[in-house]
Amino acid sequence: MKLVTGVIQPHRLDDVKTALEGAGVRGMTVSEASGYGRQKGHTEVYRGAEYTVDLVPKVRIEVLVTDEDVTAVTDAIVGAAQTGKIGDGKVWVVPVEDVARVRTGEHGDAAL
Amino acid sequence: MEFELDTGNTAWLITASSLVLLMTPGLAFFYGGMVRGKSVLNMMMMSFASIGVAGLIWVVYGYGLAFGPDLGGFIGNPAGLIGLTVDNAASPTTAMGIPALVFAGFQATFAIITVALISGAIADRVKFGTWIVFSAIWVTVVYAPLAHWVWGGGMFGADGWLASALSLPIDFAGGTVVHINAGAAALALALVIGKRKGFGTEAMRPHNLPFVMLGAGLLWFGWFGFNAGSELAADGTAGRAWVNTLVATAVAMLAWMTTEKFRDGSATSLGAASGVVAGLVAITPAAGTVDSWGAIVIGLVAGVLCSLAVGLKYKFGYDDSLDVVGVHLVGGLVGTILIGFFATNGRYDSFYFEGSLNGLFYGGGVTQLLTQIVAALVAVVYSFVLTYIIGLALKATLGWRVSEEAEVSGIDLAVHGETAYENSGSTITEVR
Repeated sequence: MKLVTGVIQPHRLDDVKTALEGAGVRGMTVSEASGYGRQKGHTEVYRGAEYTVDLVPKVRIEVLVTDEDVTAVTDAIVGAAQTGKIGDGKVWVVPVEDVARVRTGEHGDAAL
Repeated sequence: MEFELDTGNTAWLITASSLVLLMTPGLAFFYGGMVRGKSVLNMMMMSFASIGVAGLIWVVYGYGLAFGPDLGGFIGNPAGLIGLTVDNAASPTTAMGIPALVFAGFQATFAIITVALISGAIADRVKFGTWIVFSAIWVTVVYAPLAHWVWGGGMFGADGWLASALSLPIDFAGGTVVHINAGAAALALALVIGKRKGFGTEAMRPHNLPFVMLGAGLLWFGWFGFNAGSELAADGTAGRAWVNTLVATAVAMLAWMTTEKFRDGSATSLGAASGVVAGLVAITPAAGTVDSWGAIVIGLVAGVLCSLAVGLKYKFGYDDSLDVVGVHLVGGLVGTILIGFFATNGRYDSFYFEGSLNGLFYGGGVTQLLTQIVAALVAVVYSFVLTYIIGLALKATLGWRVSEEAEVSGIDLAVHGETAYENSGSTITEVR
């Protein structure tokens, strides 16, 4: 099992969700995040005082998948989140030792 | 003078008083949105506390100090007015047919907002108890005398020295008493109390701009009571004040946004809200005394000058946290002094006060301008010096600052034992 995590532009979330559903994903966790990569931040001016806002809003999507689905899910996120501009985000994959479904107590692939 | 009730005037003044009282909670939102999320409750509480302290004092003896029989042009004698045992036949509003209690209530709301205005200069860092004590002393020693000078038959009134020496100073709704007074006091306290930790180096951007916009809207709404109510009658001059409060404010908002657009690249919501307040401040002393063109120029000058003046604190290194000096002192001076150019006595439903003259641009010469400058300077000096002394006395006794740790972790939790936005991870451990 793998955990696929994507940090993407907030306005791409709906398309990414649709793409993941199309790839057969039945559940995900979405949270608000902030950060920056190569695009750095932007400036804001409040009553003449200029602030550099270097952490910009992002959305983090986490999906647990079986080993064979990893590529399809990763491609789905990348395909749907991509605008081609700096700041589109990243997707990464890490191995998962075990997963348990709280309702039933099932473990492993059956819990996905 | 025999008292004869005028129900129209009375109904309007009771309504206007309620509008003015709403300005202080509005100010709480205006200021509260501008501070950091960890100190929003303290900022709002400083305004609400002003309603508590100044409201009580006004009823017990404050109104008497400001509007009691004149003692030497400086202060009123409160002896016969303690607890508002007022006489309808011996009130500044007898001629308008407004009961004395209605006028006393209207004036209470002015004392309340003036104290609250000062709090913006000392955001995020002062002990709540010291603020309460300061409010009580300040409204007694600084606000009540100024209100007496200008509106209570004191030295800026028709029988005062300035009226004999030059002409009667015009302060329709509180340019000197409220805004110059609060702005000069704010500067004095900001200097006595010192900067917030991290001022000028750490980010202190407004945590909730929609609150700031909400507050500016409530202030504008309430300000119609402040300015049009100050006519103390439901008549055409009240309408003049109302229209000027609309148009000067509209122009000041546009002027602030335009200045920002050219200087910083964007017209911001904070700039719009700030422009609204700058315009309201500047038109206050002039509301019933200038025509629409005068109001438009006053709004324009206030919007541009105040938007530039808010940067002074960084140049001079004082932490007037929410720009009470840049908006209220500067805006109050703009309005008070421009009356000297634009006053139009008795024309277009404007106010006529025997002893005051037309402005320089309306054929009255420079006398009224000089009068306005003298009145403004006296108000600045009195308020600044007295507030500085009160501030130092409190610094030496109760102390002003919360601990550095409390300031860094957030004054809301340290001083009020609550937080505005931390909603998760709590369990109930005791009930009383």
